[in-house]
Amino acid sequence: MIEVNMGTDPLLKRAFSLFRKTDEGLQILYRVRGKGTGILRNMKEGTVLDMLGPLGNFYPMPPEDKIPLVIAGGIGIASVFSLVERLAGRSIVFYGARTKDDLLMSKELKVYAKELIVSTDDGSAGLKGTAADALQAFLSSHSSAPPHFCIYACGPQPLLKALAQIAKEYRIRTYVSMEEHMACGIGACLGCVVKTYEGYKRVCKEGPVMNAMEIVW
Amino acid sequence: MTKGLFVTIRDLELKNPVMTASGTFGYGEEYAEFLDLSRLGAVVVKGLSLAPKEGNPPPRIVETASGMLNAIGLQNIGIERFIHEKIPFLRTYDTKIIVNFFGDSIDEYVAAAERLSAVDGIHGLEMNISCPNKQAGWCIFGTDPRVTSEVVQAVRKATALPLIVKLSPNVTDISVIARAAVDAGADALSVINTLTGMAIDIRTRKPKLANRTGGLSGPAIKPVAVRMVYEIYKAVEVPIIGMGGIMTAEDALEFIIAGASAVAVGTANFIHPTAAVDILDGISAFLAQERIADINMLRGTAHAC
Repeated sequence: MIEVNMGTDPLLKRAFSLFRKTDEGLQILYRVRGKGTGILRNMKEGTVLDMLGPLGNFYPMPPEDKIPLVIAGGIGIASVFSLVERLAGRSIVFYGARTKDDLLMSKELKVYAKELIVSTDDGSAGLKGTAADALQAFLSSHSSAPPHFCIYACGPQPLLKALAQIAKEYRIRTYVSMEEHMACGIGACLGCVVKTYEGYKRVCKEGPVMNAMEIVW
Repeated sequence: MTKGLFVTIRDLELKNPVMTASGTFGYGEEYAEFLDLSRLGAVVVKGLSLAPKEGNPPPRIVETASGMLNAIGLQNIGIERFIHEKIPFLRTYDTKIIVNFFGDSIDEYVAAAERLSAVDGIHGLEMNISCPNKQAGWCIFGTDPRVTSEVVQAVRKATALPLIVKLSPNVTDISVIARAAVDAGADALSVINTLTGMAIDIRTRKPKLANRTGGLSGPAIKPVAVRMVYEIYKAVEVPIIGMGGIMTAEDALEFIIAGASAVAVGTANFIHPTAAVDILDGISAFLAQERIADINMLRGTAHAC
């Protein structure tokens, strides 16, 4: 959770995923979308911000015999990038964005991933369609193989929902990083819940990474 | 502990006037790694009902200008689990534990109050009367002086603990409700609960909260809350716990000068987990600066002019 200003508007801290850790410290990758990220963009270098974290869980590492399929939709790349980095050459990355210009970190992804499959909504780069469409195509061409994959995903809710459907069909263990409006980030406000088959779970505490099969989509 | 910060709510002795507002501090343990709970005058825990409650579907919160709307839907683990899983932890701290509770009928309020009164380690009860009465056409208990009186009277008979009634600000004249609660046996009043509000997404043309409406909290409501404390101080004799948008010690002091005996820090906990103790330190510093030996000397001083 990062405080973007010292005043009361906007009031709450913002939740960001940790993009990656370098020798210089932690990095956040964000897309300017609303009031908070708008303020962040105009901030002077060297500005000191209040931060609370790291909070919540991370993607569990796959067993040795599984091939990790990492799916990112749009700015969801910020959440899965460090996973791809950590999986050093093991993962197949499906990265979907609106247009060619929205694709970030392509060069680095090519270095850390075993394979990078890009898709764009308008077809300006890679396959035309979403990352779920790309995954579907990939799996149907590998359908004779036993379910030796596992999936990690972050992106807009409709994408995650589509992935959960695909994963169910192919019986692949799938971890999704969820997003909800969040106030405290430490499990107190009960604002950021998602519905699961075991009741509401907090994105900040039990998540953000959850098993896709647990979630009532 | 500073002697000059000591306040009392009936026979409930608080080492200082800073408490946490129900629903913003979980069951205390969520904040224990950020601050020493023993420094607080009291911990007021998240509202409880006899049976666990699942709460509302998301989105449950939305940020607004200098505030936030919430429609959590009173999600809680239920009184029994609270007693067994949370009280033992809370009892390890040297602070007063005040349990906020609610029901959807008078019988439920009474049963909850009886159960909580039988537990060691609970020092006071805070009644949430801003919820609907399912037995009487879903009207809100706390928006009608007669219904307020009826439910408070029934609970009063069921408990010997200090009984604080938390008032809804969504009424025409809050002093009338305050009077009714006090006449029915309330030992103190919490002023105020959230203000009902709404925010709409102009693209989808839909309310931003799944519940459509929610409770507004944060700095945006502070002037309304201060005014209500001021009015109620004139109308009744019992201690008032002031709350609504307190972010700083200065905010807290405004409430005390308006007439509050104690204050509760709410939404600020979400932004700065140490907010309650930061505010307490600020109050101490102010008293020292202004050479005020006892915080009780400050209470209601706005009424002198």
